[in-house]
Order: sequence, then structure tokens, then C-alpha cells
Amino acid sequence: MKTNARASGGFVSRLWALVKKETRQLLRDQSNLLIGIGLPIALIFIFGYGVTLDVKDIKLAVVTTQPSEQTEEVVSAIRLSQYFKPTIMTSFQQAEKALRARDVEAIAVFDDSFAADLAAGQADVQLIVLGSDATRASSIRTYFSSLIGTWAQKQADRHNVSTAGKGVTVIPRIWFNDANTSTWFIVPGLIVLIMTLVGTFLTALVMAREWERGTLEALFVTPVRPTEIILAKIIPYFFVGIIGLVLCVLASTFLFHVPIHGSFFILVVGSVIYMLVALAIGLLISAKTRNQFLASQMAILVSFLPAMMLSGFVFDLGNLPTAVKLIGLLLPATYFIELLRTVFLAGNFWPIILKDLALLTLYAVVLLGLARMLTKKTLD
Amino acid sequence: MTSAVVQAEALNKVFINKQKKEQVVALASLDMCVKKGELTALVGPDGAGKTTLLRLIAGLMTPTQGRLSVLDIDMYAHPQQVQNLISYMPQRFGLYEDLSVQENLDLYADLHGVPADERHSRYQRLLTMTNLADFTARPAGKLSGGMKQKLGLACTLVRSPQLLLLDEPTVGVDPLSRQELWKIILQLVEEESLTVIVSTAYLDEAARCQQVHLLHEGKILVSGSPDTLTQRAQNQCYLFTPNPEQKPRELQSALLDKSDLVVDAVPQGGRVRCVLHPNNTIEDVTKDIPYNKVEPVVPSLEDAFMMSLKEHMPLQSVSVEKLKKDHKAKPDASSPIVSVKQLVKTFGDFTAVAKTSFDVYPGEIFGLLGPNGAGKTTTFRMLCGLLPATSGVLSVAGKNLRTARADARGRIGYVSQKFALYGNLTVYENLRFFAGTYNLWGKQRKAAIERVSEQFDLASHLKDKSGELPGGYKQRLAMAASLMHQPDILFLDEPTSGADPLARRAFWRRITALSQTGTAIIITTHFMEEAEYCDKILIQDAGEKLAMGTPEEIRADLADTGGEVMSMEETFINIIAVNRRKKQERSDED
Repeated sequence: MKTNARASGGFVSRLWALVKKETRQLLRDQSNLLIGIGLPIALIFIFGYGVTLDVKDIKLAVVTTQPSEQTEEVVSAIRLSQYFKPTIMTSFQQAEKALRARDVEAIAVFDDSFAADLAAGQADVQLIVLGSDATRASSIRTYFSSLIGTWAQKQADRHNVSTAGKGVTVIPRIWFNDANTSTWFIVPGLIVLIMTLVGTFLTALVMAREWERGTLEALFVTPVRPTEIILAKIIPYFFVGIIGLVLCVLASTFLFHVPIHGSFFILVVGSVIYMLVALAIGLLISAKTRNQFLASQMAILVSFLPAMMLSGFVFDLGNLPTAVKLIGLLLPATYFIELLRTVFLAGNFWPIILKDLALLTLYAVVLLGLARMLTKKTLD
Repeated sequence: MTSAVVQAEALNKVFINKQKKEQVVALASLDMCVKKGELTALVGPDGAGKTTLLRLIAGLMTPTQGRLSVLDIDMYAHPQQVQNLISYMPQRFGLYEDLSVQENLDLYADLHGVPADERHSRYQRLLTMTNLADFTARPAGKLSGGMKQKLGLACTLVRSPQLLLLDEPTVGVDPLSRQELWKIILQLVEEESLTVIVSTAYLDEAARCQQVHLLHEGKILVSGSPDTLTQRAQNQCYLFTPNPEQKPRELQSALLDKSDLVVDAVPQGGRVRCVLHPNNTIEDVTKDIPYNKVEPVVPSLEDAFMMSLKEHMPLQSVSVEKLKKDHKAKPDASSPIVSVKQLVKTFGDFTAVAKTSFDVYPGEIFGLLGPNGAGKTTTFRMLCGLLPATSGVLSVAGKNLRTARADARGRIGYVSQKFALYGNLTVYENLRFFAGTYNLWGKQRKAAIERVSEQFDLASHLKDKSGELPGGYKQRLAMAASLMHQPDILFLDEPTSGADPLARRAFWRRITALSQTGTAIIITTHFMEEAEYCDKILIQDAGEKLAMGTPEEIRADLADTGGEVMSMEETFINIIAVNRRKKQERSDED
């Protein structure tokens, strides 16, 4: 049949018509732009400038190569503090090994001349902190410095010595995060949050809106295919997500001066794949709920909040109870965050990059397939 | 290829209510055949299965059982093939409100693959027919209700389909736009020999079709051409003229009370149209009721429709007796309960209501009529104290709405157009809640709930979830809730929109009974024949008052009809058209 041939051959023109429609709606509805562009900017500023995190029970290796009265006193002061759990080690090599194995998070080195230097009025303590969790590292440094400062002050008072010109200086070194700013750590995570928000939340909302307003009923009884409807939703919102990504990368480079140690190309590829995952989740939610309010609640509950709380963005997954950790490990966001942090802060560490890319691709394929299966041209 | 466009045999559709684990039968073993080039109407009460049937034909749902082929294509196997060839306009045509008129049209033209060279002439034709040519750049969301509906129709008709499905295309549309919509449909049917299936609540629309199917409880009760169907009511229809002192609706009530003899009675042009049960003679009816004159009339499709339905439906007993008694002291009928003087409402430069004055007395039914955008809703909202007036005097129950809004509100009841009760509460819980909002507690509340649930026959449904009630019950519940505090005035905003003739009859019986207790009723409606029930009507257009008076007075103003009594709808269309012409001339002179 002539009409039939025309209808099935019109895939490109129908898709183009739907994409045009979707883009126009997106640009004309202020609330979409607010969520897509305004909210990412707000998030960048809130998380970039406003978030600090408290720490407790810091596992600290104390290296005293030559024990003395002074070092004994310092160690007991550290032990009394509620923030530290010190382990005494006699060699730096042993401590370094423990740090690499993540058995300790920081090393304090009191060198041979500590007692003598202190008596002379100026002693140094070296502090090495594991920098992969920047916020924690920063807190450890601050706590340690103030603890040593207080101890030195007391010491001076007790010996009735004027503090002028005397004291202990902590020389910190952060490993694996050269500048040790928590923003360096948070900004890559922010990319994940923003892309989840745009991809899942916005898409779930606009698709559910079509169900709610009954616009799909008329659309279904045309030659249009479900695949075209889904693709037309994905394409414009994909670009909004990419705008969010660009905003974050720009902010991280120019506002927060986060370096990109790894390949920029991998960063883009990973983001594109994760964007598809987020869009697929949004489409799945709206196909099931068909209601804007429910869809927005679901989107927040199953994607945005877990991406923020359970993916390692705020809390290190290693510290969570097993059950919660398992949920975290099921989230695609977890792998995207891991990928981004590796690329931003550690460089091209291929085992992690390849594992994460493979997992994200798997998620994208499975979720998009499910979304396609669930979007049927039926009101049943 | 056979000439049948739609062929349904023993078609079944069953829905499953997940919460109650019940099966709801929407279509029960339905047979239907639609021939090529025919205009077919589906009529029937709410919930008869009209929309389900259209959705099955459109391939939006899969039948539970039975055979269904459309354009000789099996609907189970190839719904997409059918969807490539047909056009469907759902009840709520989902226009993209952010997109302009032109963009909406373009979208559907692209989806249907209309070639670029055909588009221009098609658009021109559709835009001229729908009078939308001047509005192509306007967002669809900013069009009036009637214009939206016309745009929806234009979008479904971007190409000439092999089958056109229209689901209540004129619901909620004013008579003027309704007339225009039908003009478009009929013109296209003639020029392109379209095959059309249309579902409708208006029987005058069904009378324009070649085939009419009357659906009830998922089955076709009767079908045939409007003429053959109308024949069924032959010699059963009469027109009563009331006594000079008698109100037509009083005569109507008297006739309806003889439910074993009378199928239907409606006021019509100051008289009462009455349909008798078959095998009854007019003498049986007339012997003990007061009236002036009675004469036989030619039956209409609506008369036949009522007869067929009554044969298959248990009589809906409308117990108006309980509504009439048990009411507080009648208010003084000599002074107006609502008084409006020089009422004006402007939104920026736009005048929504211009200098309107009227009075409503206790026990009166006052109808506000006008096309979409006439200012009815704005007037309504000001009367209920929901919107402040720009200028003018508004007093309700002796209280000035400007100074004593809360007092005045305590004296009114309001039923909005949409169902505004809590769908997931039970009927009883809703009533309890509303009693509380009217400050009724303890014994008073209990008594009020008992009273209204008896008056509106809700007693057996008190434990049902409000959102799951059938349409007619929902409206009764809404009315019951608004009458809890025995208000002096009841406001009803398009209460019968989308309701079938049976539900509308029952509704008006309650309203007339209620008015007899002294409650004043102010109502808006798109069904012009319902204006016949009103004591007084006000016709507005573009915020201006065009005519006011009793239905007879308004008809008399247009006396140049050559003796023939005009229907209220013709009268209305005439008044609006004359006024719009005058306005056009005035602006042309400027």
C-alpha cells in the first residue's frame, strides 16, 4: 500500500518533527530551563563553597624513630583526643605500607631530633594525610595542627617557659590530591548529581506530563512508533545534560582550579554514557507512573537522593554498613563518580576506567531496552 | 475489499480494578458494522462504553475477546497499520499548549507524512474553516475552549483519513462553536466522503448522522437511521401548554410524577414536551393534572432515545419529596437575595465583565448563559466572593460582599465545574469534613449528614470511595456537600457538562425541587434547552449583558421568526450573532 510505505519510511521526518516539538517545549517552559540550567549553577555554588564535613576516629600512624619523654607525652595527648586512634610504629616504611593499604589515613612523623629541637624552641612534626577524600584530609590536618599546638602551649606553661619564639610546627603533606581542597573532591561528584537531575528528573517529569495532559492519546493514533517517541525525548534532554556537564567542567577549571589529570576524552565518553543511563531511568519512571507528582517523587527517591548519599559522593562507601553498601554498589551513579574522580584526580588508571565504562554501558543498554519495552502505544 | 470499514463481532472488553480485585465489563459481546462513507453516531448514558469502543477501534486498547477488524485489518495483529490510515480525536485532545497553532498543525502533518506540496492548500482550507487563520502564531494554551477544540479537529484532519474517530468533540463547547464544529465535520464528510464515527451526548448531533447506535452497559440497544429510530416514538409525543399562572416546570414535575405512564417530560419554549410509555393513551395522563392545552407533536430522536433507555433501565427514582421538606424557614420572597449593580471586572486593559446588573429572588433559578469567554465564570467567582470586583455593588443575602465577605460566604453553597471533593476519602468522610468547614459539629453534623445523604440517595454509598463513584453520584455528592449548611443560595458552574440526558433529567428534578424550598439557584450551562428550566436568564458575550428576562421574554425579543417557536439554542445563537454583527459594524465605522 502506498500510504503504508510512506508511513514506515518516514522515520527520520517523524523523529525530526518530534524533536523539534520537544525542543520548542523545552525552550518555552521556564521551569524546564530553571531545572536544567539554573539548578546546576546553584548546586555548583552551594557544594563548591558551602559544604564541609566532620570527621572522627582518625586512624593515625605515629612514627617515633627515637622515643623520648616528649614524644611519649605527645602520643598520650593524641590518644586522649576523641578524634584520633593512634598506632605507634617504629619505621616510616611500615607506616607508608599501612597508608597505602588504607589501614591508616595519616602518618605523623616525629623525627630523631624532635626532643632536642623542642628544647631549642622550634620543633617540626611531619603529617602525611591520605588525600583521596579531600574533606576528611583537610579536617585531619586542621585537627592535628590544633592538637599539637595546644599540647605545645601546655608544655611551655608547665615548664614555665615563655612561649615566645618556641613551638611546634606541623608540616603537612597530602598524598593523591595535591592541593587538598574539598571542592576538588566534590566537583566531580557534582557532575554526577547534575546529570542525574537533568536526565532522570526532567525527563520523568516531561514524559509524565504528556500522559497527564492526554497529549499522547492523540499522538498514538498516528504513524508514530514508540521508539521515535522515546528518541525524541532523549535527544533534547541529552543536550541539556551536556550543558550541565560543560558548566561543571568550566566551573571546576576556572572557579575551583581542579586539575584534570586523566584524559578529557574519557571524561566526555563516560558522561555521555551516564547521561543515557539517567535518561533511561527517567523514561522508565514516567512510563510506570504516568503522573507528574509521582514521577517527580520517584525520580528524587530512586535516582537523585541515592546518587547523592549512597554513591560515595558524600560518604565513603567503604564506611557504610554492608546492606547500604550493596545498594550503593547497584547504583550506576557509584561507578560514574568513581570514574570521574579517577579521571579528575588520579589520572588514567585504566583498570578502574575500563571497569566503570563497561558497567555504565551495560546499564545504559539494559535500561534503555526496558524503557522501550514499557513504552507501548496503549492505554490499557 | 468489503464495504465495511469497522467490523466488530462479540467484542468484549473487561477492565480489572486492582484495588478491589473486581472486573469491570466495559463492552459485553458487542456487534457493530460501519459502512464506508457513513457518518455514524454513538450515543448512550455515561459509562455505556462509547469511549472504550472508540479506543479499541483506534488500537489504543486490546479487546479482551471477540473479533475486531478495521479497514479489513485485524486489530489484534496490526494496530499500527490501522493507525497509519485513521485519525482520532480523543475527548480531551491534548494540544501542546506551549506550541503555536501553526506548530501544532505542523507536528501532526509531519507525523502523518503529509507532503509539503499538499500542505499549503490543506492548511489554508482548515484554517479558513476553523477561523483560526488570524491566530496561527498564538500558543495553543492561550486559545478559548471552543478554538482549542477546533484546532484539535484541524490537527486530526491534516490529511484525509480513511476513518475519522471523534470522541465527544463538542463537550464543554458553547452552542456557537458547536455549530461551527459540525459545519466543518459535515463539509469534509461531503467533500471527501469520509467515514466518521462520533460519540456524543447531544442527540441533535446524532440526528445529523446516517446511523445511530444507542449503547448501554457495553451493548448496543438499538441501531438504525435517525428516522427509523424516531419512528419508535411515533404517536407517543405531546406538547402541553400550562395554565397562565402555572410554571412550565411545575407542570413538568406533575407529569414526571406519573412515572408509570410518562417516559419523559421536558420544558420546551414555555410549554412541556411529554413522551408516553407505549400502550398508554393521552387520556390516562391528562385526567388528573391541571393544564391548559395538549396537542400531539412529531417525535424527535431524543424522545425515542428516552423510550429505548427506559425499557432497559430500572427507573431512577428521584426522591424529591425529601428535598422539599425538612428545610429551614423560607426566606422572604419579596426582596432579592442576590443584588448586583453596575458590576465591573477588569484584568489590566481587558474588561471581563462590563456593567452588569441583576437581582435574584429566593426560590428563583437564575441562568447565566454565554459563549466561552463571555465572562460567566468571572461573574460567578465575584458572586461567590472568590474574586474582588473592580467596581459596582454586590450584595449576597443582605451582606455587602466588599465589607462582609465571610458572612456572605456562610450563606452560599458552591459546586464547581470539576469534581472538587477528596477522591480517596469515602462519601461519609467527605461529608463529615465539609460539615466541619461549615462549622457544624456533634449532633448538628450528624443530622446534616443524615439529611443530605437521604436527600441525594447517597445513604447506600456512604462507605464508598468518592473518586470511584460513577459520574452522576459524584455530582450528587458535590451538591450534598454544598447544601450541608442549608444555604440561601446555591451556585452551580456547568454542572451538566458532559452528562447524558438521563443524568441531566435527574439533576434538574432535584434542582427544581430545591428551588421550591426557597433556595435561590444560580447556574451556568452550555445546554441551551436547560435554560427553559430557569426563571430568568442572563445572556452575556465578551463581558457585556446582551439580554435578560424569562425565557419567553427573550424569545419574544426576537419576534421576527414568522410564528414558529424558536428553540432556546436558536434564540441564543441569534442573539449572539446579531450582537457580534453590530459590534463589527460599529468598529468598521470607526
